[in-house]
Amino acid sequence: MSRSSSVSVARAVAWRNIHNVFTNPALIIPSLVFPLFFFTAFAGGLSRVDSIPGFDYKPGYTAFQFVFVLIQSSAFAGVFTGFAVARDFQMGFGRRLLLAAPHRGAIVVGYVLSGLTRAAFTMFVVTVVAVVIAGMDLGSAGVDLFGLYGLAVLVNIAAGLWAVGVALRVRSIQGGPLIQVPIFLTLFLAPVYVPFHLLTGWIHGVASVNPATAFLNAGRDLLAGEASDVAIAFVIALGLIAGFALWSWRSLRSAEAAGA
Amino acid sequence: MSSVANAGLLAMRSVNRTLRQPANLVFSFVFPMILLAVNAGGLSSATKIPGFPVDSYLTFALAVPFIQGALFASNSAGTNIAEDIETGFLSRLSLTPLTRGGLLLGQLAGVVALGLGQACVYLAVGEAAGAGFKAGPLGVPVLLALSVLVTLGFGSIGAFAALRTGSGEAVQGLFPLMFVLLFLSSNALPRNLIETDWFRTIATYNPVSYLLEAIRSLLITGWDGEALALGFGCAIGIAVVGIWASSRALKSRMLRT
Repeated sequence: MSRSSSVSVARAVAWRNIHNVFTNPALIIPSLVFPLFFFTAFAGGLSRVDSIPGFDYKPGYTAFQFVFVLIQSSAFAGVFTGFAVARDFQMGFGRRLLLAAPHRGAIVVGYVLSGLTRAAFTMFVVTVVAVVIAGMDLGSAGVDLFGLYGLAVLVNIAAGLWAVGVALRVRSIQGGPLIQVPIFLTLFLAPVYVPFHLLTGWIHGVASVNPATAFLNAGRDLLAGEASDVAIAFVIALGLIAGFALWSWRSLRSAEAAGA
Repeated sequence: MSSVANAGLLAMRSVNRTLRQPANLVFSFVFPMILLAVNAGGLSSATKIPGFPVDSYLTFALAVPFIQGALFASNSAGTNIAEDIETGFLSRLSLTPLTRGGLLLGQLAGVVALGLGQACVYLAVGEAAGAGFKAGPLGVPVLLALSVLVTLGFGSIGAFAALRTGSGEAVQGLFPLMFVLLFLSSNALPRNLIETDWFRTIATYNPVSYLLEAIRSLLITGWDGEALALGFGCAIGIAVVGIWASSRALKSRMLRT
């Protein structure tokens, strides 16, 4: 089994999914519309939240919400990749993929690569809308901006591996809620609307142990050009990638054992 | 068997069918409660914004699940009717002496029952979590009546989509659009505290804002005649338009059958 055959499997799977997504409006539009919609609803409808005593995010509420929407859209690009896996296995295409691929791990890599492409496209559109329409200033972030997008990419890979792992176990689009609800809840049980120090009650406790809190705090610090304490977020993201890579590898073995 | 009795049977079938779909029930009952918990926790400090009408964000946010539940119910009603069209059940019904109105209301009975159940659960959970209810015990039937009307209104829009298209997939496509209506309203902050002009304008023209404000008035203010009149007016308006449009769509579908 050569390395080049694995690369070609990963490339073929990725290309097929990218082609499917970008040629089918029903697949690409929801993944674009929802982040933009959240951005509009939160940045527009809740902008007054920046007048809460203690709200001290200098770039403003639009930038505060932009980071959430960027991380969310990148995580959901991973979720939608899980849907693609589930659909492929439900339709029987996954079984043919397992039979044809000399190195089956490359199938997972291919799906994750397609999720990354999808995330890159969504993040680009969200950024253009935030800068051109909402008038957000990205200039103050400088090189830290690369850190923000790098973090979003890591979140996408982690979410993609989680979603692919679930999809390989369920092998049916009926498993959609199992893929997306945990990610949805993880993201929303973080400081979405106000900074962490303004959260009170039970949600403060949950947010303090939620990895999404680290991603949002680091992302917002990077956007504000104050990247002094962001390493922990990258460490957590890499840890999640390692954990979910193992999870998706074991799920692949489970799909193989079940004969998909 | 009279047409009223037939409509009754159809209503019973609609209620049973709705209650026998655990996935839909869990989504309708649990998801709005999860969102309520998340939003009430995350935005609790919003009550410190000068001019915010109440000390507890939970009380303010409790109005949202009633509308969310109605939106889920519209999906459920539309999907059920689309399924009846796809499986040919509606065509067979056209051979019975049922009137169009009876057939439509019979089909919507399940969603109305679901709306009533949802409203009771949301209110009970909200109160157990410590939300206020300024209108007192007399406000409960008013809240339930409004909630049922809203559910009937959105349910009839789901029914219209199903009867017009005959496709469950098309009904599912309507759902995000309905959700946009909820988000572009005064669901997170009172309209007078929405800072962004275009957003406040949309929220002002959006009838969902008035539905929310009517429910909120019972929770926060007590008895606010203007808010209740606007809320009931919008709910009745949506229901009348939805039922009228569904009835027309049903007529054309029966003619085609």
